[in-house]
Amino acid sequence: MTATGGRRIGDVLLKVEDISLSFGGVRALSGVSFDIRKHEIRAIIGPNGAGKSSMLNVINGFYHPQKGKIIFKDIARTDIGPYDAASRGIARTFQNIALFRGMSTLDNIMTGRLLKMKRNLFWQALYWGPARREEMEHRAAAERIIDFLEIQSIRKVPVGRLPYGLQKRVELGRALAAEPELLLLDEPMAGMNVEEKEDMCRFILDVNDEFGTTIALIEHDMGVVMDISDRVVVLDYGKKIADGTPDEVRGNQAVIDAYLGVQH
Amino acid sequence: MLYREAGQFKTSYGDDQAIFPIRQDRIGVAIILLAAYLAIPLTASPYLFTSILIPFLIYALAAIGLNLLTGYCGQVSLGTGGFMAVGAYAAYNFAIRMPELNLLVVFLLAGGCAALVGVVFGIPSLRIKGFYLAVATLAAQFFMDWMFSRIKWFTNYTPSGSVNAPPLSLFGFAIDTPAERYYLILAIVTVMALAAKNLVRGRVGRSWMAIRDMDIAAEIIGIRPLRAKLSAFAVSSFYAGIAGALWAFLHLGSWEPLAFDINRSFTLLFMVIIGGLGSILGCFFGAAFILIVPLALNQIPTALGIPISTAMISHLEFMIFGALIVFFLIVEPHGLARLWALGKEKLRLWPFPH
Repeated sequence: MTATGGRRIGDVLLKVEDISLSFGGVRALSGVSFDIRKHEIRAIIGPNGAGKSSMLNVINGFYHPQKGKIIFKDIARTDIGPYDAASRGIARTFQNIALFRGMSTLDNIMTGRLLKMKRNLFWQALYWGPARREEMEHRAAAERIIDFLEIQSIRKVPVGRLPYGLQKRVELGRALAAEPELLLLDEPMAGMNVEEKEDMCRFILDVNDEFGTTIALIEHDMGVVMDISDRVVVLDYGKKIADGTPDEVRGNQAVIDAYLGVQH
Repeated sequence: MLYREAGQFKTSYGDDQAIFPIRQDRIGVAIILLAAYLAIPLTASPYLFTSILIPFLIYALAAIGLNLLTGYCGQVSLGTGGFMAVGAYAAYNFAIRMPELNLLVVFLLAGGCAALVGVVFGIPSLRIKGFYLAVATLAAQFFMDWMFSRIKWFTNYTPSGSVNAPPLSLFGFAIDTPAERYYLILAIVTVMALAAKNLVRGRVGRSWMAIRDMDIAAEIIGIRPLRAKLSAFAVSSFYAGIAGALWAFLHLGSWEPLAFDINRSFTLLFMVIIGGLGSILGCFFGAAFILIVPLALNQIPTALGIPISTAMISHLEFMIFGALIVFFLIVEPHGLARLWALGKEKLRLWPFPH
């Protein structure tokens, strides 16, 4: 039933109900509802300005919707911050790369594990015993991600010096380091060439397959979206206009109108 | 040729994350520490101790404090002088009101007081950034200046407003010769510099740098800006407080609030910028540059026997020193520490660059 075989799509992991978000007079989202099931790859598509990124920002607590409910792992929440979202297992990447430019690839990926590190300031200052052990454990975990993403050779390079495609990969690595249950990817393939896109697709599918991570992604490359996603939700002007499997969405008249325009 | 890491294999993550992963660096540090602990005390004159080595070490310590805050966490501060003052006066009050306390405990308590004050003055950083934060921390500087000259309790009601450090002793040994004071300061600075290095290469340091580089992304991966920024203010002020206590007790001996005025804050900020933001080693470079270059410039004409008046010497000193600062900032805006790192990078390949 799925594109990648081994994994099983499970129950609903995240459900957004009737979300409305506006900035002053601009309505970014109005009455959007959909759900994301465990282990699936869920694409959010739509023309520019449709409210896709706003939707991700709502899910990870960066924007607070005026109306609506977000139910994650059976717990409804309305007003939580990004920190709470992160600690409950939601990680994300950004449309325009948001890496820590002054730090190396390794350090960037290690920041993804900060929530899992517990030793306090005094132990850290000593860097001895439990603090050192903790650091080594997490270094090993970070190395597994570095191996997985095939970025061993740039481990110690400051990310500011890396080419764009690799920066995108490091950002994915930082999000993966948090071992999220739900991974939000905001245009993971924007601005990449075909080869880099293929690599990124492979990584996304492998993450989904090997770690069982649920993925919600925004992407403009329709070929990619239709190939890798299990279900697609389509937004236009802040409203949901279609929701279903890639094939259903592809044939939907409203979607074709939204993308190609319609004569009035 | 000598500085090659070929053949040095790291077999554990611990080796790879060591402070000095390269053997030659470890040898170099061992030599410097030996020199600092053995060779210098045997040969140095009291002048060298009191006017160069002691202030250099204390400045370096305070610069480490400021660098943790500004270089690592990205929060500009002009209040370091004020936090040093808190440390100095807290140490004074603990020492005279509870004379039975161990000197090291007094210093720790002084650092703790400064850390608390630092956290209070760090609260604005949650809302404002950059130059505006610098202005807000200036409030700390002026408030401390005012508080220690106006509220007489802090100076134990001395009529002149100037206070004297009590006679110092540690575990029964009196500390009064310059060499003894130097040893005490050197030990404290060694331990605290190591602790700072440990902090910045671990979890805490990464959360500070994440806040510095991109606070929004930091928040989204689960760093609480409140906690990260205030912990940076606390640790930074702790360092500044201890440096202030050392400055007052072991360098000045008797002092008034003017010893910790705004100039002190500026000097430290310059040290951090010239030494290298975001580098512990850079703090030592910066302190050495700002403190020792003017002294050296002052000595050169007399040493060479060039007959110029002392007034002229001091004018020249200002001019050459200013030109040097501009020169170094143009050559390497990231400070002497970066220059040092680039030099090491070159040395790895020298003399066969291909």
